[in-house]
Amino acid sequence: MNVHEFQAKQLFGQFGVPVPRGREITSPEAGAAWAAELNTPVFVVKAQIHAGGRGKAGGVKITKDRAAVPGLVKELIGKTLITHQTGPKGREVRRLLIEEGAAIAKELYVSLLVDRDSGWPVFIASTEGGMEIEVVAERTPEKIIREAIDPAVGFQPHNGRNVAFALGLPSIEPAVVNPFIQMLGNLYRLFMEKNAAMVEINPLVITGDKKLIALDGKVSFDDNALFRHTDVQQMRDLNEEDPLEIEAGENNLNYIKLDGNIGCMVNGAGLAMATMDVIKLAGSEPANFLDVGGGATKETVAAGFRILLKDPNVKGIFINIFGGIVRCERIAHGVIEAAKEVKINVPLVVRLQGTNADEGRKLLAESGLKLEVANDLWEAAQKIVKLTGKAA
Amino acid sequence: MSILVNKITRVVVQGITGKEGSFHATQCKAYGTQVVAGVTPGKAGQEVEGIPVFNTVRDAVRKTQCDTSLIFVPPPFCADAILEAADAGITLVICITEGIPVNDMVKVKRALRGKNVRLIGPNCPGVITVDEAKIGIMPGFIHKKGVVGVVSRSGTLTYEAVHQLSTMGLGETTCVGIGGDPVNGTGFVDVLALFEKDPETQAIVMIGEIGGDAEEKAAEFIKKNVKKPVVSFIAGITAPPGRRMGHAGAIISGGKGTATEKMKALEAAGVRVCSNPAEIGVTVNRALGR
Repeated sequence: MNVHEFQAKQLFGQFGVPVPRGREITSPEAGAAWAAELNTPVFVVKAQIHAGGRGKAGGVKITKDRAAVPGLVKELIGKTLITHQTGPKGREVRRLLIEEGAAIAKELYVSLLVDRDSGWPVFIASTEGGMEIEVVAERTPEKIIREAIDPAVGFQPHNGRNVAFALGLPSIEPAVVNPFIQMLGNLYRLFMEKNAAMVEINPLVITGDKKLIALDGKVSFDDNALFRHTDVQQMRDLNEEDPLEIEAGENNLNYIKLDGNIGCMVNGAGLAMATMDVIKLAGSEPANFLDVGGGATKETVAAGFRILLKDPNVKGIFINIFGGIVRCERIAHGVIEAAKEVKINVPLVVRLQGTNADEGRKLLAESGLKLEVANDLWEAAQKIVKLTGKAA
Repeated sequence: MSILVNKITRVVVQGITGKEGSFHATQCKAYGTQVVAGVTPGKAGQEVEGIPVFNTVRDAVRKTQCDTSLIFVPPPFCADAILEAADAGITLVICITEGIPVNDMVKVKRALRGKNVRLIGPNCPGVITVDEAKIGIMPGFIHKKGVVGVVSRSGTLTYEAVHQLSTMGLGETTCVGIGGDPVNGTGFVDVLALFEKDPETQAIVMIGEIGGDAEEKAAEFIKKNVKKPVVSFIAGITAPPGRRMGHAGAIISGGKGTATEKMKALEAAGVRVCSNPAEIGVTVNRALGR
């Protein structure tokens, strides 16, 4: 789960990571009142959406004039920002962060996440703050510092020293070395205590008066651990999520919308990805990833249909079930029942294999439904592509 | 011969009185697996299909000499269950549970380091040695005794591959699901090493997917250490490029993680990579010169 910058910064504040004074604002009046209270030489007004590249898209405004703040709020609220991470439709701005500006002497980069290979949390740091870290890693990999933290003992001061010296921090600004090491320890504590999936500060700024400050902040959380953190659950902003993905989540379905036109419904994540791949090999493009899980029932199949058919791009549906614990005849019943509830007006190919597959196929064949039954994966993929025509 | 589990493996099922636990314990037993004990705290003295239930894994080990654990404990309590098994002297822990917090697994993986225990999973279908022992949730009947070892990060996609192998008459020796979680116990490399040494296994099918660099590591290992033919499929070539987090994760592993990168690395190591998941069986057939 992702959260907004202002929420990430609230968490930073709670864990002793220095941030600019700021507040979430949703109206010009509140903006004016907060600007008066903030009373700073430079005001920064930042659109809060779950996507990077806000600055380039005009979502960040800076002014020295306190009286200009309400006007900027009015300008940004309701505006649609299109960045490289929002897709062409963009994202509507519903809330802003208004904070004090900082005099930047140097920009650094710091993040923390789990390295899949070792299973240890790893800090990534660089002197090239303010840039996209992927670009830094590709062009100047020697400027990326990694420091793995032993989870048995947690963050130790020497971990911090390793990063600080590798960055050359003592020669950049000796006054920030100790605060920097302490800050890394605080970030580690936040990461472990709140079950974060990633914490990122870009840029981490050294100010003109030799202070460290997190000028931007990103935190994402491990969905599997949200049950432990009601405070984090409350940070969820449904406006930032795809409505079909929300509906799928409510039905215990794992759905990701894509741009193709063949909707697919599969049990198991690996087989779901393989099904998408086989659709492409057969000459078309998948409209989605949809894993109905190991416990697929009549209800989940019906919910799956509803979600797939709400996507106007869907020109055909491919159901691929490998029955293990899930029995194919139950899936067949589910398809037949769902077809009564939901009007299916696109071609449908059902491929059943595994437990009770013969029974399932027989049920479908005798149901009178307009659908094609297939035995193997490749045959099924070719059928659905043929029925829907090539990708537009 | 086979790898990891066989006829003499003695299994304890942790979480045996739950819906999943009791169903699968029964299924495993019906397949022929020696399921000798179950554990649910506070339910000692009960039985599930004739399998005695104990309060702790320690009690189960003492009374039944079980050596392998199959775990169905719900995610919030699962890290504890894995550590309990290791602490009680269980040497093979197979964890089916899906949805364990990553940081819990970070701690578990660290705690198991240096101990005489192997963890398979979590979030995996388990391990089956055909006609000897099924310790997991895979449908037993799709398997046929044969010559191919299967190792996979996915569940149902493994069934798909097994189905093809069985239908073509190749059959399997042992199938190992290593699980789809970012932090897991046993990786591809460990299982590949076991298959390479197993005299019954003549070819290996390795099923990977996008994310992380386990497949790249496996490719390096295969190049140096595996003489048997390896056939691979990597799921997710059409998956949308990861968002920010995927990218930052890829930085650690040196820009790896896409299906294309993985396929390239495997091909360079002499692995026969199928781009079509429906062709896994025929590719193995060809590799064995049949």
